[in-house]
Amino acid sequence: MKRLISLLLVMTLTVCLCAMLSGCGYEYFDITYRGTYDRSLEGTVLNVYNWGEYISDGSEGSIDVNKEFEKLTGITVNYSTFESNESMYSQLRTNGVSYDIIIPSDYMIERLRKEGMLKAFDPKSLSNYDLIDDAYKGLYYDENEQYSVCYNVGMVGIIYNTTMVENPPKGWSAFWDEQYKDNLLMFGNPRDAFMSAQFFAGIDLNTTNKNDWDRAARLLMDQKDYLQSYVMDEIYGKMETGEAAIAPYYSGDYLTMYDVNEDLAFVYPEEGTNIFVDAACIPFSCQNEAAALMYINFLLEPEIALANAEYIGYASPNTAVVNNPDYCYYQNEILYPAQEDMPKTQYFYDIDDDIRSYYENLWIDVKLY
Amino acid sequence: MKTLSRIYLMLVMVFLYAPIAVMIVFSFNSGSSVWVFEGLSFDWYKELVFNSEMLGALEHTLIIAVLSAVISTVIGTAAAVGITALRHKISKSLVMSVCNIPMMNADIVTGVSLMLLFIFFGRLFGLTESLGFFTVLIAHVTFNLPYVILSVLPKLKTTDANLPQAAMDLGCTPTQAFFKVVVPSISSGILTGFIMAFTLSLDDFVISYFTCGHYQTLPIVIYNMTKRTVKPDTYALSTLIFISVFVLMILYNSVQGRSEKKRGESR
Amino acid sequence: MRRNHTTIGRRLIAAPYLVWAAIFIVVPLFIMLYYALTDDNGVFSLANFATLGRYKNAFLVSILYALISTVITLVIAYPLAYIMTKMPISTQRFLLILVMLPMWTNFLIRTYSWISLLSNTGIINTLLSKIGIGPLKLINRPGTVILGMVYDYMPYMILPIYTVMSKIDRSLTQAAEDLGANRTHVLRKVVFPLSLPGVISGITMVFVPSISTFYISQKLGGNKTMLIGDVIEYLFNLGPDYYHVASVISMILTVMILVCLFVMNRFSGDDEGGAIL
Repeated sequence: MKRLISLLLVMTLTVCLCAMLSGCGYEYFDITYRGTYDRSLEGTVLNVYNWGEYISDGSEGSIDVNKEFEKLTGITVNYSTFESNESMYSQLRTNGVSYDIIIPSDYMIERLRKEGMLKAFDPKSLSNYDLIDDAYKGLYYDENEQYSVCYNVGMVGIIYNTTMVENPPKGWSAFWDEQYKDNLLMFGNPRDAFMSAQFFAGIDLNTTNKNDWDRAARLLMDQKDYLQSYVMDEIYGKMETGEAAIAPYYSGDYLTMYDVNEDLAFVYPEEGTNIFVDAACIPFSCQNEAAALMYINFLLEPEIALANAEYIGYASPNTAVVNNPDYCYYQNEILYPAQEDMPKTQYFYDIDDDIRSYYENLWIDVKLY
Repeated sequence: MKTLSRIYLMLVMVFLYAPIAVMIVFSFNSGSSVWVFEGLSFDWYKELVFNSEMLGALEHTLIIAVLSAVISTVIGTAAAVGITALRHKISKSLVMSVCNIPMMNADIVTGVSLMLLFIFFGRLFGLTESLGFFTVLIAHVTFNLPYVILSVLPKLKTTDANLPQAAMDLGCTPTQAFFKVVVPSISSGILTGFIMAFTLSLDDFVISYFTCGHYQTLPIVIYNMTKRTVKPDTYALSTLIFISVFVLMILYNSVQGRSEKKRGESR
Repeated sequence: MRRNHTTIGRRLIAAPYLVWAAIFIVVPLFIMLYYALTDDNGVFSLANFATLGRYKNAFLVSILYALISTVITLVIAYPLAYIMTKMPISTQRFLLILVMLPMWTNFLIRTYSWISLLSNTGIINTLLSKIGIGPLKLINRPGTVILGMVYDYMPYMILPIYTVMSKIDRSLTQAAEDLGANRTHVLRKVVFPLSLPGVISGITMVFVPSISTFYISQKLGGNKTMLIGDVIEYLFNLGPDYYHVASVISMILTVMILVCLFVMNRFSGDDEGGAIL
């Protein structure tokens, strides 16, 4: 019995120690803010739901965005992460969790909106909203600027290792090319994987014709023979070490990989490619809307947005970042290609329920083929 | 024969520890990769202090592990005592069968079915949020319970059923008899159950994955990281945990060894 | 009189557990059954079973992988447990710690580490290339998935076998030797039958997690196929529309596991601790 109690004591101590440790260590930055923030919401909690590794978190001497927000406003940020639009959707739909801010991608915003799962707000009331480039306001999923504030922008391209391929790939056809067999990686999520087949076969990304989806699925089954594996972010390790030679991925991530392995090159596929936008939204279950608005405005702060843009490596819609000569990706031709170098791009749209479940099931067939 | 078995033993140990060795070595990597070793450094251990997401998750994990172990030990010990008092063979085996379900069933099914239950209750009570701290805690207590019960039951079987009776004849109340006679005689079983519950809870990924909502425990955060890029700081934290568990086990073991020896001598 | 009173009291303290078990073990299974037998509108329907054909391969592959990995684990673990029991007590205790320790390291991390070991550019292939071999294709194959299962669940096989074996009465094996049995004879006629309960529980403890895992094949198998666990995870992550089908698959998995356990229980003839169902 005594042993049990002493064991308990040790564990409680460890818990306390951890709690203390997680509080210290970070040195706050001296940041000048453009907007004004008050402490009227001090003591409240804000639940943020974002992609993994999608915010500057204080590692390697960067700004810890959540900590700085907490210090500034006294609001406690309860931050959690998801790994795909679909898993986030599933969590929201079941009322499994309630969040005050979510950061889904374009087509998912459209779907959430259609299903009445987003709360309308007025982005223009945010003092930093004018920093967003007009090109990223009122996009198709939110024509009237009522539901979202753009967080990041990106395009899909093909990353390849120049020392491992003799003929650089030009487009999506590389993923059906015998010469690259066993050296290819492919997206591990259905929508992106189908995209490769759709561009290859010249099928519209948002087609509602089931035959088109069948055709794409057939192509993916053929493609499977050539693949090394389906990946999401494991791609970093695999490309950086030369484990695989060719992979499609998001442009911002290429820059991060290039920092590690300079043999890597990048090309926008000739057949065209997908462009995507991730934006901050307020879900219907939001409990602390005032704090959520404050947080969204905070994310737009020039110094905060800069820290995020440099940490994440994706293109920023924030003019204060893009026009800042100190920005480490200032005028980078991959993130911000000039008008004439701009690839053909297409957004994903939300497709109706019937077709969506059709391709979600086809994906199982492809995997189990 | 002896050398052969020694070699065999070594080989299996190498197999069991190869990935752990990789983990420890790469936690000292000066580069940010868990693939290419660039040089020796403690940077990732220092970096760990800044990783609020991971430390926060560690805190969650420890809180859940301690609480769920305590709760399941209390309920489970009581249950074991009650079950031994059951007389009907049928009701006993029915209770034991139900008890075994979470232990025998696939974790993923346990996790999924609990998630469905919590969501169902959430709807019923009109909650805005049906998954969180309490649901992970409940889930962990649920899968810990059978292990506690099964560690306490054998001890109860070997204690003399007349002891509490004797204590009461000597003037103890039933409660006193329980705490002064029954509990001490099964304390080693309770301790084993507690430790098992604690470690199972610490290591659980699958069931937490389906029931945690945004109360994310360390395995969940690690899972999300392996979906993106694993940096050596994850390895650093795991190495620290590994070493502390190792030390604790050695200590526990030597204490136990000594007490066993003592018992042997006093006999 | 008083004795009767106290046994009722003793039975009553199991009440919190019984309530807990009813709500959190039994009811969830019925909710799952409800989902399996209804459609989106909550109307009774067997339509969910009609789609099962799609998942046939997932079931077959999962069963196959789980069987193979269970057999391999047993073949490796049995001699190990035997060797352990032959060691001095203090060594045994230390070895036991060594066997259990990996279980305290997060299994996701342990699985992930295998990637660094087995990759084309990984540690093993780098070493092999130094002596002029390779690179061998070690990762993203079905065998790698099985390796991952064997690795992750090995302690679950070693521990029960060791526990049972170490409890075998020395005098029994000695008696057999005195009666003229040689080592293999003793092993076959005395040690093996007596260690059977440990083997049985080891098999169930490895088979069940192997058949339902959803992480190993994603990481070590190149994510190119889906095991049952992967299917369930994928479907549940797609949202409530898929809960019905996912519940059907989960139910089938449960029934499969229960049948296996039932058969195993018959085998061991063990009536301790209550049989399953």
